[in-house]
Amino acid sequence: MVKLKKDIFKVAGKSLDSRLIVGTGKYKNFTETAKAVKASGANMVTVAVRRINILDKKKPILTDYLNPKKIIYLPNTAGCYNSEEALRTLRLAREMGGWKLVKLEVLGDKRTLYPNMLETIKSTKILVKEGFKVMVYCTDDPLLARNLEDNGASAIMPLASPIGSGLGLQNKTNISLIIKQSKVPVIVDAGIGTASDATIAMELGCDGVLINSAIANAKKPILMATAFKEAITSGRNSYLAGRMRKSDFASPSSPSKGII
Amino acid sequence: MAKIQLNGKKVVIKTNYSIFDLLKKYKISNKKVAIEYNGIIIQKRNYKKKFLKDKDKVEIVHFIGGG
Repeated sequence: MVKLKKDIFKVAGKSLDSRLIVGTGKYKNFTETAKAVKASGANMVTVAVRRINILDKKKPILTDYLNPKKIIYLPNTAGCYNSEEALRTLRLAREMGGWKLVKLEVLGDKRTLYPNMLETIKSTKILVKEGFKVMVYCTDDPLLARNLEDNGASAIMPLASPIGSGLGLQNKTNISLIIKQSKVPVIVDAGIGTASDATIAMELGCDGVLINSAIANAKKPILMATAFKEAITSGRNSYLAGRMRKSDFASPSSPSKGII
Repeated sequence: MAKIQLNGKKVVIKTNYSIFDLLKKYKISNKKVAIEYNGIIIQKRNYKKKFLKDKDKVEIVHFIGGG
C-alpha cells in the first residue's frame, strides 16, 4: 500500500481529519442525524439558530445527540435575507458558547435561495472586524470570491448549484478559477446531489465539501453518509495523484513488442 | 404582574422577575441558550440583574439542525 503523506485540512486555524462538513437539517430525528454524522466521519457540522420551544420542555435538543465538545459546531445564518438579520443571528450564536467560527449565508431570493452578495460582503466586513472567523457561502463568481477573501473571509464557499437542488456542480470552470486564485480554503457548499458530485469537486482541487440534503434526503441517509466519506477521500487522493492527460486517440495499454 | 412577549408569545410573569427567574420557570439551562432582551443580547452573567417589565420582548434561542 502506498503510504500517503498526512493530508491535513486546516480551516480558520482548526485542523480537521475530514474534508467533509455536514449539515444537520432535514433528518427524520436526532438519532438519525447523529448516526449519519458519525458515518460521514465529519469533524464539523453546521447548525442553525432558532427560538427554543417554550411550551414543550421535553422536546429533544440537538446538543444531547451531537456533543459540541467533540464535534465543531458551525453556526449558520440560514433564513437570513439581509445583513442585520445575519449579524443578529451570529452574535447570538457567539453569546451561546463563544462560537467565533461561523458560516455566513445571506439569501437574496426565496425560490433559488441564491446568496445576496452585496449584503454578504457587507456582513463579512463587519463580522471580521468583530473578531469572527467567517466561512462564507457565495456565488461562483471569481471576482466576488476574491473580494470576500480580501475582506478577511476564512473560507470561500461557492455553491455547486442551488441549495437543496441536488443538481451537482454546474460551473466547474468558475469553481476551478476560484480554487486557483484563493489562498484560503475553498469549500463547495450547496447543490451536491450524490457522492460522485463530491468526488468531482475534490478532483477539481476543492479543499472540502459541505453536504446536507444529499445525505439527509437519501433513501438510506447513513449509507449515503459513508458513500460521501469515501467519495471525498477518493476525490482528494485522485487530485493529489494528478490525473493522466486526455487524448483524442487511443494508446494501447499492452506493449506492441513481442506480439505473436 | 407584567405582560411580556417571550419568543413571540404573550406571557404573564410576576413583578421583580429577572431573566434568570424566567429560565428557571421554564427549566432552561443557561448554558445552551442565548438571550435577546428588547433587541439587545444579554450576557449570561447579567441574567440575574436584568428585571423584566411590561411589554418587554425576550427571545431565547438555541442551536437546531441546519445546513
